[in-house]
Amino acid sequence: MNPLFSTINDKIERSERLDVDEALQLARCDDLLGLGALAARANARLNGARVLFNRNRHINYTNVCVNACNFCAFRRDDRQQGAYCLTPQEVGERAAAAATAGAREVHVVGGLHPEQPLAYYLDLLRAIRRAAPDIHIKAFTAVEIDHLSHLSGLSLAELLEELKSAGLDSLPGGGAEIFAPAVRHQLCPEKITGKRWLEVMAAVHRAGLRSNATMLFGHLESWEDRIDHLRQLRELQDETGGFMAFIPLPYQADNTRLPGLRGPGGVEILKTLAISRLFLDNFQHLKGYWVMLGVKLAQVALAFGVNDLDGTVIEERIGHAAGAASPQVLSCEELCWLIRRAGKQPVERDSLYRLLGEH
Amino acid sequence: MLAGISDKLNCGQPIGREEALYLLQEAELLEVGRLADRMRQRLHPQRRVTFVVDRNVNYSNVCLAGCSFCAFYRSPGVEGGYLLSHQQILAKVSELAAQGGTQLLLQGGLHPELTIDWFEELFRQIRSQFPSVQIHSLSPAEIVHTAELSGLTIADCLRRLRDAGLASLPGGGAELLVDEVRARISPNKIGWRQWAQVMEEAHAQGMATTATMVLGFGEEPQQIIEHLFRIRELQPASGGFTAFIPWTFQPANTDLGGRGASAWDYLKVLAVSRLVLDNIPNLQASWVTQGAAVAQTALFFGANDLGGTMLEENVVAAAGTSFRLSKEELIALIREAGFVAARRDTGYGILQEYC
Repeated sequence: MNPLFSTINDKIERSERLDVDEALQLARCDDLLGLGALAARANARLNGARVLFNRNRHINYTNVCVNACNFCAFRRDDRQQGAYCLTPQEVGERAAAAATAGAREVHVVGGLHPEQPLAYYLDLLRAIRRAAPDIHIKAFTAVEIDHLSHLSGLSLAELLEELKSAGLDSLPGGGAEIFAPAVRHQLCPEKITGKRWLEVMAAVHRAGLRSNATMLFGHLESWEDRIDHLRQLRELQDETGGFMAFIPLPYQADNTRLPGLRGPGGVEILKTLAISRLFLDNFQHLKGYWVMLGVKLAQVALAFGVNDLDGTVIEERIGHAAGAASPQVLSCEELCWLIRRAGKQPVERDSLYRLLGEH
Repeated sequence: MLAGISDKLNCGQPIGREEALYLLQEAELLEVGRLADRMRQRLHPQRRVTFVVDRNVNYSNVCLAGCSFCAFYRSPGVEGGYLLSHQQILAKVSELAAQGGTQLLLQGGLHPELTIDWFEELFRQIRSQFPSVQIHSLSPAEIVHTAELSGLTIADCLRRLRDAGLASLPGGGAELLVDEVRARISPNKIGWRQWAQVMEEAHAQGMATTATMVLGFGEEPQQIIEHLFRIRELQPASGGFTAFIPWTFQPANTDLGGRGASAWDYLKVLAVSRLVLDNIPNLQASWVTQGAAVAQTALFFGANDLGGTMLEENVVAAAGTSFRLSKEELIALIREAGFVAARRDTGYGILQEYC
């Protein structure tokens, strides 16, 4: 074993943390499978042979967005052709259909609509709650929360209380993109800063809500930017403990406005997942989001530290608008088959990562 | 067991069936991958990953075999069947040559009427008009069928085709070289011994060939290992198989259906193939069935070649899988993984390195 890998291996055994410099050294090493084996060991200590999934449905309530992030192929201007905004009733109907189909969670995110008031969002949550009383409502990224706070004039704490009482159960981890200010400015100039994203998440966790965290990678950022992103997440997690899963998202290159970028290859994606697993010792779960990774690579990622394959994800729109080639839906049977073929044990979870039983 | 296998491999000793089966069934995916990667480094120390600029031309989809895993064929007389004319084929080869292509993979169904003169005439024309394109065509099943239809022995059939311009044979139609599996999925196709006989004869006549394997028919691990060892044992000391090419059954639109083989299974079998077939120099990753991301990953599981650019591909596409990669994308994919990209000819000679 090379000296770097021995050091990291010892650290895993002693439950010690990697520092930024070690993570950067791992990023520079070309022993992909050696790195994967380390990440797999770190994961096995946390999660054994279990691989988790849930039954969920995505609902993108609007594609109208005041921001115009360069990596997004989903957004529309308010009156542009193809723009839409679902009514609370329509969202409720979709949630009811999802519940009937066996989903335990709805994942509700959308653009930053210029005109909808806070009441719309509260109605939307209430409509879901009414239509599907038992479904877990995971909704609104930190970016939407910031937008709602501005348009309503409420503090984050006040806003989150309102949303909670209307039915919000937890938050997804989107909108983090990459925290590094220079890259973020090129990528999504109108979007809240990385600092603000972290502030919102701190408030979310203080409000007793749990969330995930993401990183969009493989565009303009350096490995230093990636590791720094992980470092900031790890620090906030030390303070709040409110993050459940970390979800690295490979940039999808089609139909977006960053010419010349191809998006990361399979090797780069696996490396990023493995280093994330090793560095984020205080995150229990690392998600291989098959919508963005592709089903095949997501399965392979189970050998590189991933312990969660997200869910059945009916009707994902955002990644697919940017050219993600994955199917629109995976059945539970197919998810379980993929997990079993990898020699692991499929376990269904709920949205808060409580285990619901083996499949 | 793993340590013993690793030691054997380090000393350049071949591994046995039981050891191969252990690697396939018991060992960790990344452990097997690392052993295969080490062998790849020993066989190809230049860190080169190669590809060929080629085109698959399917001269006909009319086929008497009717294999249940195939979404491409039409039985004779059924609507949608076609046969390309020599002129149509030459036009396709002309496009290939114009793009700097060096390999033509002509492959078709077992057509009820095409006798050897149809192929001889075609090959002569291709050879005279496009001397830069190597005719790497006709799998063993087509050779056997053409020989039978023309009243020739396999040896005579191969000799005549070779004299007309056929330079090498692709290793298709191997599927699983185990007759219990073949009886289930392709009862009308040649058995494994005939496949082997064609390859032996081709090698004896100085024609190089490749060998393939298709995973995902619900086969047993032992049958996969048997296939690998049959290929290993068929390889003459002088080397007749230039490359081994495993890929996965694509179930959409086929009678057989099912899920096929997962990417995990694919990478594991790929790595075990590298370790068993230490007497075959090259191992191809199948981006056509696995996609770019897994094909790139496969370069760490023993593969040193990405096959062809495939300006045209119809058979896998008919089964619902349509990954496409340009030459530039292949080069970028190789480079990003830390290797040196090189364009090769059919015989694995290097034509151009992309530094």
